[in-house]
Amino acid sequence: MSAPPRPHTERAAAPPRRRQWRPRAGTLRYIGGRLLSSAVSLLAVMVTGFFLFRILPGDPVLAMTRGRAVTVEQLAQLRREFGLDQPLPQQFLDYCLGVLRLDMGMSYQYRAPVSELIGARLWPTVLLVGTATVLAAILGLWLGTRAAWRRGSATDRLNTGLALTLWSVPTFWLGLLLIAALATGIGPMPGLFPPGGMMTPGTTGTLAVAVDVAHHMVLPVTTMVAVVYAQYLMIMRSSLLDELGGDYLVTARAKGLRNDLVLRRHAVPNALLPTVTLIFLNLGQVVAGTILVETVFSWPGLGTLFYEALKVPDLPLVQGLFIVFSASVIVMNLFADLVYPVLDPRVRP
Amino acid sequence: MSQSERAPCSPASQGRAAPPRAMAWRRRRTAWLRFWREYRRNRAGVVGLAGLMLFVLLALAAPLLVDPAQLSLTGAPGTPYQPPSARFPLGTDNFGRSLLDLVIWGSRVSLTVGFLATLVSVTLGSLVGILAGHFRGWTATVLMRITDWFLVLPTLVLAIALAAVLSRSTLTVIVAIGVTAWPTTARLVRAQTLAVEARPYIERAKALGGGHGHIMLRHVLPNVMPLVLAQTTLLVANSIITESTLAFLGLGDPTTVSWGAILQDAREAGAISAGVWWYLIPPGLAIALVALTFTLCGRALEGVLNPKLRERR
Repeated sequence: MSAPPRPHTERAAAPPRRRQWRPRAGTLRYIGGRLLSSAVSLLAVMVTGFFLFRILPGDPVLAMTRGRAVTVEQLAQLRREFGLDQPLPQQFLDYCLGVLRLDMGMSYQYRAPVSELIGARLWPTVLLVGTATVLAAILGLWLGTRAAWRRGSATDRLNTGLALTLWSVPTFWLGLLLIAALATGIGPMPGLFPPGGMMTPGTTGTLAVAVDVAHHMVLPVTTMVAVVYAQYLMIMRSSLLDELGGDYLVTARAKGLRNDLVLRRHAVPNALLPTVTLIFLNLGQVVAGTILVETVFSWPGLGTLFYEALKVPDLPLVQGLFIVFSASVIVMNLFADLVYPVLDPRVRP
Repeated sequence: MSQSERAPCSPASQGRAAPPRAMAWRRRRTAWLRFWREYRRNRAGVVGLAGLMLFVLLALAAPLLVDPAQLSLTGAPGTPYQPPSARFPLGTDNFGRSLLDLVIWGSRVSLTVGFLATLVSVTLGSLVGILAGHFRGWTATVLMRITDWFLVLPTLVLAIALAAVLSRSTLTVIVAIGVTAWPTTARLVRAQTLAVEARPYIERAKALGGGHGHIMLRHVLPNVMPLVLAQTTLLVANSIITESTLAFLGLGDPTTVSWGAILQDAREAGAISAGVWWYLIPPGLAIALVALTFTLCGRALEGVLNPKLRERR
């Protein structure tokens, strides 16, 4: 990622007017290029998926049935079922056509289409990740701004230290600790939150369900926010520190603006731009966090599905989830690339 | 440090009485001392370094402190779930093994995997980075496309996928982490290589007939190394966390004791809902502390080696 050029002139505080931004040949070329490179990445994910799960394990059927008593006939039956009796190029072609039609084969464990299983578990994950990312971004950006503005102060040291510590803590351990402390309860304190799952069975009524789901979400979301916000804090802090040397801030102060206004209207908007891209670029780690958090809290989403598929190992399902996770990160990056020029006039093509 | 590595090539070092080799060593020593003085100013870095040495010593001395026979399920010395006592300072697990022993022994796998996986990824990353920085044109384009593509993929998902399809062993874990963690190093090294190659002494080396290999190995590599070192320390922290994560997901070697595996055992045995806190806290704390010490060292190194960061503090 190339950093945007450092501003040496004062940028207008008001958001750029939309009218100025009309699609031009350059813009269209930029969008086309981004779309093309994302398509190439997606293609590469597809090829990697095939390589990882069909070629690397040697015989996928043997890998899946490892440790189980299966007859030779059953193995042959399974090979036929997964199309492994075909020659490799034919397998590859079938696989590619299947993925393009969103058909990723049958799950070995559930005996159901992989895409159906993924579709059923998608929304809980989106709910969890969305809530956690928004909260982490708000918290991280706010604390990062404060840390940079008062750099070297006790607040800064406390925030940076806490962020580094949380960054060093493994996600799953934090989740386990939260369960032990707040769901099981310590000593006289009863468990405040449910230790896992998404809702209590038998809850009815929209409001009751919403409250119940929110209650179940508290611990998983807290875990994810704690792990993710630290990164946003550090990025925002260093990004704002880069801006603080800018001449335009001296100009702003010379004009007689209050310190608070200089920060809010001049420094932060400029520092926010690289941070926003980095937030999108770091979504890969959020995806990784989901797998762990969902596993620990038995949240019925894609992460838990991944964990369950790994234990078997249910290779078609693992493959499907691998493609979905990777593709979602690529799509998010594409989104960041497309939104960035809208936010930042300096990098408009 | 980079100053000293350049010294033998700079014209100022010629035409003196002292033999060049001895002079180079003297310069290296002063540069090292200067580096250490600078590093020492960062208190967090010194704390991190001390903690790091402690952990490495502990891992090396583990066979003296722990009897491996007592770590097997049958040779467990205590009864299950004993709270901390004088005999078992951290209590016992669900098989009656001493948790202190398990944690000490676990440091060996965690540190080994952390170091070796980092070695793999740093070697790969430096190789790709230097090649992409030295050879312009299509080689660089292809290499950087591959790097960018790996950078986009969620690292942990790729590592999990690799560990899942290969056989369960410590080597698999090392490969899975090493193969997925190199792209950041490659980017960093390439940027630094481009900066180094723009310096005049590279042109001089070329004019004197230095080939690609000579320039990359003798001129670019020594100047890139310090930054790689800082990156390495940060990567070790990441690798150790990834190792524990893979072990926790049941993808590690089932026969070895590692911190992640202890936590997985704790979860599977239902120790969390049973309130057996001494089973849960020590391994996780160990992971966090080791990762933190490496992060502190890495940041301190970065601060010393990257003048831009130094001014900021």
